[in-house]
Amino acid sequence: MSATTTPAPGPKTNHAGLTVLDYRGSKTTLCAGCGHNAITERLIDAMYEMGVQPENIAKLSGIGCSSKTPAYFVSRAHGFNSVHGRMPSVATGVALANQKLMLIGVSGDGDTASIGIGQFIHLMRRNLPIIYIIEDNGVYGLTKGQFSATADLGSKLKTGVINDLPPIDTCALAIQLGATFVARSFSGDKKQLLNLLKAGIAHRGTVMIDVISPCVTFNDHEGSTKSYKYSKDHDEPVQEIGFVPGFENIDVDYDDGTTADVRMHDGSHLRLRKLDRDYDATDKVGALQLLAEAHEKGEMLTGVFYVNTTAPSFIEQLNLTETSLARMPQELTRPSRQALDEIMEELR
Amino acid sequence: MATTIELGVQEKSARTPQPARKVNDFSIQVATVNGSGSQSANTVLLRSIFQMGVPVSGKNLFPSNIAGLPTWYTIRASKHGYIARKKEIDFLVAMNAETAKEDVMSLMPGAACVYDEPLKLSGLRQDITFYPVPFDKLVAPVCPEAKLRRLVKNMLYVGVVDALLGIDVAESEKALVKQFGKKKKAAELNAAAVRAGYDYAIATFTKQDPFWVERMNENQGKIIVDGNAAAALGCMFAGVTVVTWYPITPSSSLVETLIDYLKEYRIGPDGKATFAVVQAEDELAAAGMVLGAGWAGARSMTSTSGPGISLMAEFIGLGYYTELPGVFFDIQRVGPSTGLPTRTMQGDVLSCAFLSHGDTKHILLFPASVEECFSMAIDAFDLAEQFQTPVFVLSDLDLGMNNWMAHPFTYPEKPIARGKVLNEEDLKRLGGFARYKDVDGDGIPYRTLPGTAHPNAAYFTRGSGHNEKAQYSERPDDYVNNMDRLSRKFETARKFVPAPVKEVSGTSKIGIIAYGTTHWALAEACDQLLQENNIAVDYLRVRAYPFTQEVHDFIKNHDRVYVVEQNRDAQLFQLIKLDIAADQVTKLRSVVHYNGLPIDARSVTDAVVSQEIISQEAK
Repeated sequence: MSATTTPAPGPKTNHAGLTVLDYRGSKTTLCAGCGHNAITERLIDAMYEMGVQPENIAKLSGIGCSSKTPAYFVSRAHGFNSVHGRMPSVATGVALANQKLMLIGVSGDGDTASIGIGQFIHLMRRNLPIIYIIEDNGVYGLTKGQFSATADLGSKLKTGVINDLPPIDTCALAIQLGATFVARSFSGDKKQLLNLLKAGIAHRGTVMIDVISPCVTFNDHEGSTKSYKYSKDHDEPVQEIGFVPGFENIDVDYDDGTTADVRMHDGSHLRLRKLDRDYDATDKVGALQLLAEAHEKGEMLTGVFYVNTTAPSFIEQLNLTETSLARMPQELTRPSRQALDEIMEELR
Repeated sequence: MATTIELGVQEKSARTPQPARKVNDFSIQVATVNGSGSQSANTVLLRSIFQMGVPVSGKNLFPSNIAGLPTWYTIRASKHGYIARKKEIDFLVAMNAETAKEDVMSLMPGAACVYDEPLKLSGLRQDITFYPVPFDKLVAPVCPEAKLRRLVKNMLYVGVVDALLGIDVAESEKALVKQFGKKKKAAELNAAAVRAGYDYAIATFTKQDPFWVERMNENQGKIIVDGNAAAALGCMFAGVTVVTWYPITPSSSLVETLIDYLKEYRIGPDGKATFAVVQAEDELAAAGMVLGAGWAGARSMTSTSGPGISLMAEFIGLGYYTELPGVFFDIQRVGPSTGLPTRTMQGDVLSCAFLSHGDTKHILLFPASVEECFSMAIDAFDLAEQFQTPVFVLSDLDLGMNNWMAHPFTYPEKPIARGKVLNEEDLKRLGGFARYKDVDGDGIPYRTLPGTAHPNAAYFTRGSGHNEKAQYSERPDDYVNNMDRLSRKFETARKFVPAPVKEVSGTSKIGIIAYGTTHWALAEACDQLLQENNIAVDYLRVRAYPFTQEVHDFIKNHDRVYVVEQNRDAQLFQLIKLDIAADQVTKLRSVVHYNGLPIDARSVTDAVVSQEIISQEAK
């Protein structure tokens, strides 16, 4: 898709020649102020700014408030709102059928960390090419505010119930199991989330971003560890995230003493500028240690915890032909009459 | 009756007069311990008889265990071409100390028994011919490597049986080459064992039993294959592109065989795969991958058995309601729950027909033979894409895991049918489309695939309520319209699924309906009913659900219709009841068999005869 002609003054277009309207979806039906809506906006911005062809996107989700959101962005892309906790397997099937699609999976903390933990783990383990977003608010919204498995120890429900089980850290799990781009963000941090999503689009492999996304209706009160206030107060980025897309061909200077440069699969650059700590996001063991320590201290870290641009994705390991399996002609999928004769001879 | 023969002491001049010869019409049972290499020996024995041109079938009755538990293999030679399990055993090979006594006691008078000499079985009965063989003594010289002897020992009985039944030992040697393929050393070692057994028996025994194999010419051009391998071939020639699975007995070998064939025959000109196979984390994921791949345009499938079907229920409902293609093989085993994992049953008919919550109904195919495992695999993929719905192929353990003789499979002449898929050009012409609109009046809507380069190609798939445009809807009329269209689609399927086969057609007022592997007992039972009881029957073999008009007509045209099947609750009988007019229901009778062993003709004949007597008395 090339659109090299200079557009007449009018709506701004991206390098694919599309306006931001081409990336919009239906109107959201979630609560006003829901963190998920902000994530939807960032997804639209990221895909627009990266110039992703909308028809090449496949949007996938499970069940829950978060899983409704694929209807609210990129209407020009096919979407699949599947069953509770099972989006990973549906996504895997889609990726097998058509490796040219860009998969965006949206899940929630209930959909991922409880009913879907089995499929989540195996998707991470396969390093399936997908951007997997957990819109994480620590509660079940659609069923009116029960704790989920990512709720922090000691967090309080509106009804006063205290959570007495430790949370599942989806980022630590993802890193341990084989995902190759693992990050946490906060729906209220526009810049960080946008750059993370853009880097995710540039990555080939499993991109797992756990986005703390407060539930304004059931988990935004005093005593909740996933409220807007708590998240704003405790958000502690491990680095400042910059992103230079490959197609821009701009060389932005950076100080390699303070900034790590990660070259992404499509030629883009992810720039991770050190803040308070000296953190190497390419070190898997260090990433796990960082997250374990954060748990001990009760910190809410955000940023890129782990990135690996060399591990093969699941699809690459399958050694598939260039044409996607979905579009393979009969000449390639039905062996010849001679082949059947040969097999029959062997069975005589 | 023949008497016991003592090893090496019988004198040919002193033997008793031989009973009438029973040629090519008897059953052999080999009782061994599983994991002892007996499967190779049994396959060689089966092949030897097959190569003699005699119709033959083999059934493995094995435990859910890797090594150490009793296992039986029954071979039936039948000049009449009957290949169902025969209830009575005529010739026993007793190798397992644990079951030997019981095995001998269950034989019919006049039967013969080859046994491992230390078992000392000959005193058990006077009405049986015994042939004791010192297997351990015989195996030592042919197999110097002591640790292999346990396995090679079993090959000895092939030679002994060859000698006693008149099977040409050269046929066993040929079968061995086939069995061991490129493993030349193994083939030679085993050939020596066969020969040693053969030589020993020829030198030692005088034939006292009446059972003989004689050459026929019934198997010209035929193949031997198991149903799972046949289904795997069907999938490959159907053009499958995505295969997902989770290992489960008795289904695993379907996908394992498919993988082997795909690696050989489905590598593209660029040296890369035109297929993807994924071993999933469980059956839920396997089903999800099938539907995801089907949604995105692949020809996708999985294979499982009852417990997997239960786990897939949620996804099957999604597939039905969102209208996604996918082929689901169910190699049925005995349920409920874990049940008897290595025994056969037709027990998943009802659960597959209506799998998942809410109003759902699914297309089912019932292969009876390995030929149909092949052809119905192809049908299943075409139906799944034409009707945009999950399609089940209900095979079973007996069909899937046992070797069957068959005619070579027919190459599919019909091109692959991909169903109503709109591409870029179609959309340019039409401007757009409504995903769930019944444009053609057959209930089947049009779909697009993700990645279709047209701004109006996309739609949103959801398992929640939706209208014609695939938009979220809770409106009563949208819901009802959609559900009614799905029913219409199912009605359309009646005309497209494989039609039943009139296996026996005449003017009888008594009809019999059967399906799947139950067919083989019926093929024989219909003859028994006529020849032994003078009861003529018409026999219709049902091959698919929804039932075609022929099924309704068959019931209409008969006074009584027996539905014969292998489950306790008469599942197909119940399914038929739901489909036919109320005044027809009373015509139905049920014959069921559900002990885990493949159904036999005698059981069917006896059940029909006793019910017929009641019907006659009632007049």
